[in-house]
Amino acid sequence: MTNEKLARGADRPALIVGVLLLALAGIVYYDASKQTITSNYGLGPTAMPYVACIGLVLLGLAHLFVAFRDGLPRPEAADKSALLWIIGGLIGLIACIAAGGGFVVAITILFACTARGFGRRALLADVAIGFVLGLVIFLVFAKLLTLLLPAGPLEHLFI
Amino acid sequence: METTVALLNGFSVALEPSKLMFCLIGVFLGTAVGVLPGIGPALTVALLLPVTFKLDPAGSLIMFAGIYYGGMYGGSTTAILLNAPGESASLATALEGSKMAKAGRGGPALATAAIGSFVAGLIATFGLAFLAPWLVEVAIKFGPWDYFALMIVAFVTVSATFGDSPLRGLTSLFLGITLGLVGIDKLTGQARLTFGVPELLNGVEVTTLAVGLFAVGEALYVASKRFRDPEEIIPIKGSLWMSKEDWKRSWAPWLRGTAFGFPIGALPAGGAEVPTFLSYSTERKLCKYPEEFGKGAIEGVAGPEAANNASAAGTLVPLLTLGLPTSATAAIMLAGFQQYGLNPGPLLFAEKPDLVWGLIASLFIANVMLVILNLPLIGLWVKLLAVPQPWLYAGILVFATMGTLAVNPSPVELGMLFLFGYLGYLMRRYDYPVAPMVVGLILGPMAEAQLRRALQISLGDPMILLENPISATLLGLAFVALVAPFVMKGLNRFKAAED
Repeated sequence: MTNEKLARGADRPALIVGVLLLALAGIVYYDASKQTITSNYGLGPTAMPYVACIGLVLLGLAHLFVAFRDGLPRPEAADKSALLWIIGGLIGLIACIAAGGGFVVAITILFACTARGFGRRALLADVAIGFVLGLVIFLVFAKLLTLLLPAGPLEHLFI
Repeated sequence: METTVALLNGFSVALEPSKLMFCLIGVFLGTAVGVLPGIGPALTVALLLPVTFKLDPAGSLIMFAGIYYGGMYGGSTTAILLNAPGESASLATALEGSKMAKAGRGGPALATAAIGSFVAGLIATFGLAFLAPWLVEVAIKFGPWDYFALMIVAFVTVSATFGDSPLRGLTSLFLGITLGLVGIDKLTGQARLTFGVPELLNGVEVTTLAVGLFAVGEALYVASKRFRDPEEIIPIKGSLWMSKEDWKRSWAPWLRGTAFGFPIGALPAGGAEVPTFLSYSTERKLCKYPEEFGKGAIEGVAGPEAANNASAAGTLVPLLTLGLPTSATAAIMLAGFQQYGLNPGPLLFAEKPDLVWGLIASLFIANVMLVILNLPLIGLWVKLLAVPQPWLYAGILVFATMGTLAVNPSPVELGMLFLFGYLGYLMRRYDYPVAPMVVGLILGPMAEAQLRRALQISLGDPMILLENPISATLLGLAFVALVAPFVMKGLNRFKAAED
């Protein structure tokens, strides 16, 4: 395994976290340095970002240090297909809302994909459950709580 | 005396039929969601926050109190029957509780947990009612520097002292503080870390972060290791009720658990883990039947469960009097207050006494409702535990989405929910605590505001933080708490090398 080879010298997850923290610190620093409004007295809006930046740099360096010592706890292997189904469902949900497909369809996608990710094989039944669940929630929010969730063509039939 | 009058006033608010109704709904919903495996009180409150969105502040805060206590109770049911504690505070309960359930004594275990929670909740809520006004008197004299120092103490204790690794805890905290920077700076109007995205100008919603980290992250994490630890519900056999012997063995642990839970919960260091484990080990030492420990000793359920509930009421002391959340649940409760433009603290006691005391009174009522409702309804809760896992988590994600969309119906908000969810998954996978991040997001901007206020008053002289005795002491404490784990770790390593 290539992973093993790399892991011999340093713990890869810890290295990655360390580098990401340093990168985040860089972004915070860049953003703070570009700020135009300053305060006349006391601390300005840039002070706290610099504090956060220093903290992130220290933590990033500590992670790099830890990478060559104990490293992070080793997790067990993950069930990739389960994760992909659920992530797919979440992306489908966002895409559906962004495209104006409405709440009910979005919830149907999310429910069916998540149930599939957790190992259910009855996709059609889950689609039906998700649809009914989404519709009930939409109507409860619209009628009882007078709060309008994102509406698409389907929802407009009910309001 | 004044407190008694205020409390009676509170009861007159909380006993209105409509308020009783909100309390009942809260208790019911809180228990129902809290019972679901993997969902602790923090997540319960975060998921149900949007439901209270359109109610009037008093009604929804009262419902909130019900949700909070209901969620705690539901969590202990899961811990006992499923050996799946939804949060670290129920770990101790799960130790003995699940053993009792396996031995066919699930009924008495649930009963001692319920009645213990009731006793502890009652005493601790009295403690809250009488301690709060006194603390408000003290807090009124606090300057911004003192608040800033208090927040630093909370930062350090939440992230460095608890959890396995101070490094990972602090990383989580700083991620939260960085997220707290996003949005328009309230003092100057400067936009920070928004990258031109208009949705980010209002900052990151606490509920979005909490629901993402807790609900979505948990769902992804459970899915990723689905085949490894199948959970099994232990059916309740035998009587639901406690025998005379059970009562005799339970009452003292209840009281001792309360004595651990309330004061520790009320400290700004806070947390429910420490008192529950203190109570567990104390009961183990004091128990007349030490051989039963590890096999299902009722003391091991009664004590920690009482400690857990008492510390929950304890965390409300700094939350209500200082506006200082010391646990993830309290942080989300604070977000609930802010949703109505209410800022907990000494001023709230002066300006909205009806609201504060109504809330405290409804805590008593929620407690009574829980003990009356839950023992007869235990059959219903057990059925909820039997919901198949795919539907359960699909339902949780639906709920999470619903809550996010109800607060802010935009794809950007959903995208953030998803990103936080994935981050929560990765953090769980590599054993980073997620609670410090939520606390960082909510306390970060508050600490910044107090620090800037303090330095404006002192005309930019940072020594003001060390010249005031209270803030200097608190900062000293924070420093010790920050350094102690590293020093102790060094000592441990030294000891290990000696062996």
